[in-house]
Amino acid sequence: MSFSIYDFTAFNQSFDRLLFENLSPFWATTIELTLIGLIVLICYALIGLFLVYAERKVCAFVQNRVGPNRVGPYGFFQTIADFIKLMLKELITIKNADKVLFNIAPYIVIIVNFMALAAIPYAKGLHMIDFDIGVLYVMAVSSLSVVGVLLAGWSSNSKFSLIGAMRSGAQIVSYELSVGLSLVTMIILAGTMQFSAIVEGQADGWFLFKGHIPALIAFVIFLIASTAEINRGPFDLAEAESELTAGFHTEYSGIKFAFFYLSEYMNMFVVAAIASTVFLGGWMPFHIGNWSGFNNVMDYIPPIFWFFGKTFFIIWVIMLFKWTFPRLRIDQLLTLEWKYLLPINLVNILIMSFIVLMGWHF
Amino acid sequence: MLNPQFIPIGEEEYHVNIGPQHPSTHGVLRLVVSLQGETVKSLKPHCGYIHRGIEKMCEKDTYPQIIHLTDRMDYLSAHINNHAVCLLVENALEVEVPERVKYIRTIIDELTRIASHQLWWCSFGMDMGGQTCYFYGLRDREKVLDIFEESFGSRLLHSYYTPGGLMMDIHPNFQKRVKEFIKYFRKKIRDYDDILTGNVIMHERTKGIGIISKEDVISYGVTGPTGRGSGFSCDVRKHHPYAAYDKVEFNEILETAGDTFARYMVRMGEFRESMKIIEQLIDNIPEGDYSAKMKAVIKLPAGEYYQRVEAARGELGVYVISDGNKTPYRMKFRSPNLSNLSALDHMCRGYKIADLIAIGGSLDYVIPDIDR
Repeated sequence: MSFSIYDFTAFNQSFDRLLFENLSPFWATTIELTLIGLIVLICYALIGLFLVYAERKVCAFVQNRVGPNRVGPYGFFQTIADFIKLMLKELITIKNADKVLFNIAPYIVIIVNFMALAAIPYAKGLHMIDFDIGVLYVMAVSSLSVVGVLLAGWSSNSKFSLIGAMRSGAQIVSYELSVGLSLVTMIILAGTMQFSAIVEGQADGWFLFKGHIPALIAFVIFLIASTAEINRGPFDLAEAESELTAGFHTEYSGIKFAFFYLSEYMNMFVVAAIASTVFLGGWMPFHIGNWSGFNNVMDYIPPIFWFFGKTFFIIWVIMLFKWTFPRLRIDQLLTLEWKYLLPINLVNILIMSFIVLMGWHF
Repeated sequence: MLNPQFIPIGEEEYHVNIGPQHPSTHGVLRLVVSLQGETVKSLKPHCGYIHRGIEKMCEKDTYPQIIHLTDRMDYLSAHINNHAVCLLVENALEVEVPERVKYIRTIIDELTRIASHQLWWCSFGMDMGGQTCYFYGLRDREKVLDIFEESFGSRLLHSYYTPGGLMMDIHPNFQKRVKEFIKYFRKKIRDYDDILTGNVIMHERTKGIGIISKEDVISYGVTGPTGRGSGFSCDVRKHHPYAAYDKVEFNEILETAGDTFARYMVRMGEFRESMKIIEQLIDNIPEGDYSAKMKAVIKLPAGEYYQRVEAARGELGVYVISDGNKTPYRMKFRSPNLSNLSALDHMCRGYKIADLIAIGGSLDYVIPDIDR
């Protein structure tokens, strides 16, 4: 591979060897885990804060406004200021709420986020765990977040929260199906569930282009279904502001509210990262068949830029959805899933299997 | 052991208080909604959270003072409320108002209607979950308010009309700026259609939702765009013309479906009709006085008087019993919003809670006008 200059594998291995040669295996492992944990925490906070800022700027752009521009250059520190404000706020305890579940719920949502982040390949060798069932793992983990949402709605002892939680339960469970099936379509094309192998498989062209029309259909369905799965507009019924004030997190305040808020944005990041990995080649630069000159030029852009570029492009698209469309109603939402997306998806899988069998893909 | 009073989940009714503090009640309105799952079984509006006793206060105020109170009822159609009281006094005293005043009043009434419908469009979009609508609508409403501000110094509660005429003459720039605004808004209204009117989700959410028949509309006394959405021809400007409405050509927008989308389309049509009316009048404002000669103390002859006008939300009626003094003996306002709200329960039954918000948005209620 020509892009070895940006390969993190060698660095990782030499660092690993260094630790294990000089320390006992226990301490070496502890230090490695601590370092990874710290890096993930910092990246999580930074990406989360940046996404909140980006959302405000995108929304301002759509709405003919300027957006935050007072705190720091271009209002860049506005979200940090907001975060500090939320940290200092009182945590209101609610009478007759189920205290244990009420306090656990935000942490469940956050932990699930971290677990999903672990399996995503950020660049070559920059990968926390490379499961051979990576896609399945991410799907399994991300569907856990509904537990946090349901608990939050149930334990708040508020009718608005309960309605929000009921809605989000129905919504996330339904749309999980479409997300899963559209990924299955791509797994058939890739022939593996391992994220690193999926990315390597796109070295001569992204799956979106390699897989003919079924890949395109799967991509569109994945975008729609994942927007619904992360409770964002136009599918933000769980927290429908004009109907349920704030839905399942109506009763949360301070940092616990911030956890839900942050997790919403990080969910968006996870979903966009998966979309960019499976459909747009992840950190793989843009390659065209055997144009080696063009491919070499593309290789000089570091893979980490490719990954974040694609991910933020998808995030931008998801943000535009929210600020353009009105909200659906709960029965229309479920109709869309069960009557349209699911059948299309199943047929799509058949077509894709056929194409792969006949070897018609590029 | 099973509880003998066990009710299966989903068949039990429960109550939710929507309001008095809620993002989409547009003020301090409290709706006690009885729900079964997400389906609205019945609904009880509780009014009175912003009741200020305006009708009682009118009994100790002189007629020019009353005008300042009417601003505070439906603050989005403040000029039209003023117009009702002014017309009542002028008709009771049989004062001939200069033509110039009639023209200016008509133009400003229609500008008020446009501004009011713009705010309705913002908040309707907001209720539907499309938050961008809010900023589009407010951006254009600002232009109207700027014209108002330049002409008579205030943006919301103007009290510009006085019995017999106007408080002052229009600003020299008025005609120019109104023409500029019409030109600007004719372009911008296409944005409205692009972002909301043509949207598939919006059609799904509003068509066939909150249906009310023409008979029900009449029996509930629902007027204005809400009534016209059900095919009830109730435009006071057309049927009982006042000011300069008999000199202009305009259509009464009628829809027959009676659902939320029909009410939406009536208001979108009224934007264009209002602009048509203004365009016909703005170049032909006659020269003359901006007020008729009135006595310093206005006393209405003893008797009963009624005057109605077409406010932005429906028919506004003013009823006065005078005993010949400078203050009315009894004053009663027939506010369009209260009668429109009374039909909300009828419209919402059997629909989802999200529909309730959309229907409420299409009624366009202003709470201070309900409570007064």
